[in-house]
Amino acid sequence: MNEMKRRLSADDIEALLPWYAAGTLGAWEAGQVEAALAANAELGRRLDLVREEMTEAIVLNEALGVPSARMAENLFSAIDRERRTARDPAARSGVAGWFADLFTPRVLAFAAGAAVLLIAVEAGVIARLALQEHVPQGGGYVIQSIPTDAHTTRRPDPGAFVRVSFSPQASMADVTSFLNARGATIVEGPTAGLYRVRIGRNYVAKEELDRLVGEFQSDGDIVASVTPD
Amino acid sequence: MSAKLSASDEILIGRIAQGDRLAMQLLFARHQVRVYRFVLRLVGNPAVAEDLISEVFLDVWRQADRFEGRSAVSTWLLAIARFKALSSMRRKPDEELDEEAADTIEDSSDDPEVAVQKKDKGAALKKCLQALSPEHREVIDLVYYHEKSVEEVAEIIGIPEATVKTRMFYARRKLSELLKAAGIDRGWP
Repeated sequence: MNEMKRRLSADDIEALLPWYAAGTLGAWEAGQVEAALAANAELGRRLDLVREEMTEAIVLNEALGVPSARMAENLFSAIDRERRTARDPAARSGVAGWFADLFTPRVLAFAAGAAVLLIAVEAGVIARLALQEHVPQGGGYVIQSIPTDAHTTRRPDPGAFVRVSFSPQASMADVTSFLNARGATIVEGPTAGLYRVRIGRNYVAKEELDRLVGEFQSDGDIVASVTPD
Repeated sequence: MSAKLSASDEILIGRIAQGDRLAMQLLFARHQVRVYRFVLRLVGNPAVAEDLISEVFLDVWRQADRFEGRSAVSTWLLAIARFKALSSMRRKPDEELDEEAADTIEDSSDDPEVAVQKKDKGAALKKCLQALSPEHREVIDLVYYHEKSVEEVAEIIGIPEATVKTRMFYARRKLSELLKAAGIDRGWP
């Protein structure tokens, strides 16, 4: 505010000419320079000198050329190596690296988010079971989990499922958005790093299932691996 | 650099922090040339400059989540690049402003006297700009070519804003002295 109250001296104005010529002054300072230029022809001549300097400085810098394609190749090779290492615990050096991966903030955040999703799913199942108590026997219900043994009396899950591991680089928001876009939901997991994801409400033919798996696989930024369940 | 582009840079940095490779490619494409030229001017060796720029952008990839948005992304990049260039020159004193390499880059015009004889004031001005000290040349380039404000130059170089203005003034005064010695009197200062 103090700056707003005082006027710049002639020396201050002259010192600001390079920035005025480059268009990088704030509005107030630019206004002060313009007022001084309007009142002082000599200052205008000095501004012309600044513009000459600027022109040649730009020409000199442009003459420095551009970096080679090698630079971009080296950079993105290094980035891809880091992405692979982040995605594949086995590529890290030993068990310590694998454990370190488990506790990175991003993975922890994702695990917490997945836990919230699971709780929500389970709450839905419980609520549904409670409602089913009032349904006549034989009406049946569907439980969103895998049968524990061959003698189970529960009906098999309807729909199509895949087992998915998500990229450590993927945020919770990324995963949620990815699943929502495909009408998919996590119904179980993680078990050994894999989530069971429902990708269709009804049975789908093998060809369609393969196509859906392929679609999941195509987004390497979100999905690390996917297999039909 | 427009405010719109700066805002867009910040969005890209946010996406890079989420591991978005495409955002990284966009940011790199947008800034690599200017940052390369800034570093090349400092280290004087194209191969060293390219290696340093790769390091700069790899740091951006790894540390994008630390960008606080207090300055423009381009200013942040130049500050990182400058730090790396100076660190590199300290590690390898024999590469410190390799005069031979610098001459190779800069020796594209006649001597000032010859240029004046050719009545080519622009060429003489270029030659005198190249004859400035690295300190003066740096501030000239940041203001004229990289279009950095007083505050941004202060942040990149790590000096007070008042010193930025003073350094720019003395750089320009030295430039006039060099031109005068070459036979061109600009009548200033």
